[in-house]
Amino acid sequence: MRSRKRRRDLMWGLVFTSPAIIGLLWFTAYPVLASLYYSFTSYTMVGPPKWIGWANYADLLTDQVWWSSLWNTVYIVVWSVPLGIVAALGLALLLNMGVGGRSVYRTVFYLPTIVPAVASAVLWMYIFDPQYGLLNDALAKVGVAGPGWLSDPGWAKPALIVMSAWGVGNLMVIMLAGLQEVPATLQEQASTDGAGVLSRFRHVTLPYVSPHMLFALVTGLIGGFQFFTPVFVMTGGTGNPAGSTLVSGLYLYQNAFQYFKVGYASAIAWMLFALVAAITVATFRLVGRRVYYGGR
Amino acid sequence: MGTLTMAPAAERDAGRLRRNWRRLMRVMAAHAVLITLSIVFLLPFVWMVTTSLKTVDVLNAFPVVWFPEKITFSNYLDGLQVFPFARYFVNTMVICALSMLGAVLSSSFIAYGLACIEWPGRNVVFVALLATMMIPFYVTMVPLFSLFREMGWTNTYLPLIVPHFFGGPFFVFLLRQFFRGIPKDLLDAARVDGAGELRIYARIVLPLAKPALSAVALFQFLAAWGDLLGPLIYLSDSDMYTLSLGLTYYSTQYSTQFGPLMAASTVILVPVIVLFFFAQRTFIQGITLTGVKG
Repeated sequence: MRSRKRRRDLMWGLVFTSPAIIGLLWFTAYPVLASLYYSFTSYTMVGPPKWIGWANYADLLTDQVWWSSLWNTVYIVVWSVPLGIVAALGLALLLNMGVGGRSVYRTVFYLPTIVPAVASAVLWMYIFDPQYGLLNDALAKVGVAGPGWLSDPGWAKPALIVMSAWGVGNLMVIMLAGLQEVPATLQEQASTDGAGVLSRFRHVTLPYVSPHMLFALVTGLIGGFQFFTPVFVMTGGTGNPAGSTLVSGLYLYQNAFQYFKVGYASAIAWMLFALVAAITVATFRLVGRRVYYGGR
Repeated sequence: MGTLTMAPAAERDAGRLRRNWRRLMRVMAAHAVLITLSIVFLLPFVWMVTTSLKTVDVLNAFPVVWFPEKITFSNYLDGLQVFPFARYFVNTMVICALSMLGAVLSSSFIAYGLACIEWPGRNVVFVALLATMMIPFYVTMVPLFSLFREMGWTNTYLPLIVPHFFGGPFFVFLLRQFFRGIPKDLLDAARVDGAGELRIYARIVLPLAKPALSAVALFQFLAAWGDLLGPLIYLSDSDMYTLSLGLTYYSTQYSTQFGPLMAASTVILVPVIVLFFFAQRTFIQGITLTGVKG
C-alpha cells in the first residue's frame, strides 16, 4: 500500500515536472554544450563546424576591440550598479519615513521600469540630443553648458549610466520590503538608548537591508554584463561614437549575426560567463559574510 | 507651590510641541525632496508626450519649447505611414498572448509537481532549474538560433513562443513559493476523497493561486511586449516585425524625426501604462514575492 502510493507520487511528480525536464535538456543543456563546442571551432552556420582548438580564445586575447568592449562593459557596471543600489535605498528610506501619499510616490518611481526598453532608448536619445534635447536645455537654464552626450565618446557611457538610474524603481521596491522587516521596537530601543540617526541607520537599518543589497549587487552584476538593447537601439547596432558604447553583449551579437563568426562569438560568450561567475563568487566571498540573516 | 506643580507640565507641553514641530519639519522636508524627485522621474514621460504633439516649427525651434501652445496629431499620422502600426500591434499581441498562455500553464504545472507532490527527485529538478537561472542568455542564444534555423523555425513566431511552454525558472520559482503556502491538509483531503492530481491542480490549486498566476502573466506580457533581441534574431520579414523591432529600425532610419518617433514610442508605452494602473498591486506583490525571501 505504502510503496504503491510512493510509486504513484513518483509517477505524477515526473508527469508534472516533465515540461521542465524537457525544457532543461532542449533549451539549456543542449545549447550550453553546443556553445562550448562551437567555441573551439570555426563555424559560419553554413557547413559543419571545423575544430580549431584554442585558436578562438587565443585570438580574443589579442583582439583590441574585445578588450575595449570588456572595458566599456566594466565601466558601465562599476558605475551603474552601486549608483542604483544607493539611489534605490535612498528612495526607499525617504518613502519609509512615514510620509503621506507614499503609494503615489512609489508608483511614480516605479513607473519608468515598465517602459519597454526600445521606447525608453528612443526617448533618451532625444533627451540626450545636444541641441534639441531636454537635458542640455535644463542644464542651460541653470547655466551649465551640457556635453554632446551620445555623440561624444567621453560622455556616451556616462549618458547610459544616467539613463539606467531612471529605472531604479524595481530595486527600490525590493529595498522597501527590506526596510519593512526592521522591527519598530528595535528602532525605538536604539533611539531611547541615545543612538543618533546615522548610528541607527548603520547598526539597525543597514543589517536588515543587507541581504537585499547583496541580492541587488549580484543581480545587477549579472544583468549589467548582459546590457544590450539600449546600446543597440541608440547606436543603430554600431556601438559608436568611436566604439565607446560597444559593450560585450553587442560585440557578441555583431560577431554571431553580422560577421557570422559563430565560433568566435561562442568563445566571447564563455569568456564573459567565466568572468561573471568569478566576480559573483568573489562577491559572495567578500560581501556575503557581512550580510545579516538574523532577521529571519 | 502652584507654580512648582505647573512648571513640569508646561515644560512637557513645550517639549511635545517642539518634538511635534521637529517631526512636522522632517515630514515637510521629506515631501519637498520626494516631490522634486517625482518631477525628475516624470519629466521624460511629459517630454515624450508633448514632443509627440508638437508641430514641425515647434520641434525645430531653438531654444526648446517645453509646452507647445498649439498641438497637432500629425506626428501620429506620419508615424503610421512609415510604420505599419496596426500590423505590428497585432503581431506583438499574438506573441504576447501565446507566450503568456505558455508561461502560466507550464510554470504552474511544473510548480505543482515541485510543491504539492512529495517524490524523491523533486529537489534535484528544482535545483537544476534554479541553476539554469545562472546561465546567461548570451551563452545559449547562438546554438538555439542555429537549432531553430535547422528546424525551419526562423522567420516564424515559434522560437518566441514554444520555449515558454516548457517553464521559465523564474516563474516556476515564484509559483512554487506561492503553492507551498497552500495548506497540505486541503490537498490531502481532496486526495482522500478520490480526486486525482490533475483534478487537484486544476480545481483547487489554480483557483487559489490567481494572484500569483496573474503576476506571472503580467511579467511575461511585459517581457514579450518589450523584447528586442528575440524578434531581432529570428524575424527577417518586415511584415512579421513586432512593435519594438519596428521602432528600432524606424529610429535607425529616421533618427532625427523626433516627432513621429515620440508618437510611436507613446503608442508602445500606453498599453503598458494602462495595464499597470489596473494591476498595480499584482506588480508590487509579484516583485516582493520573488525578492529575496528564500
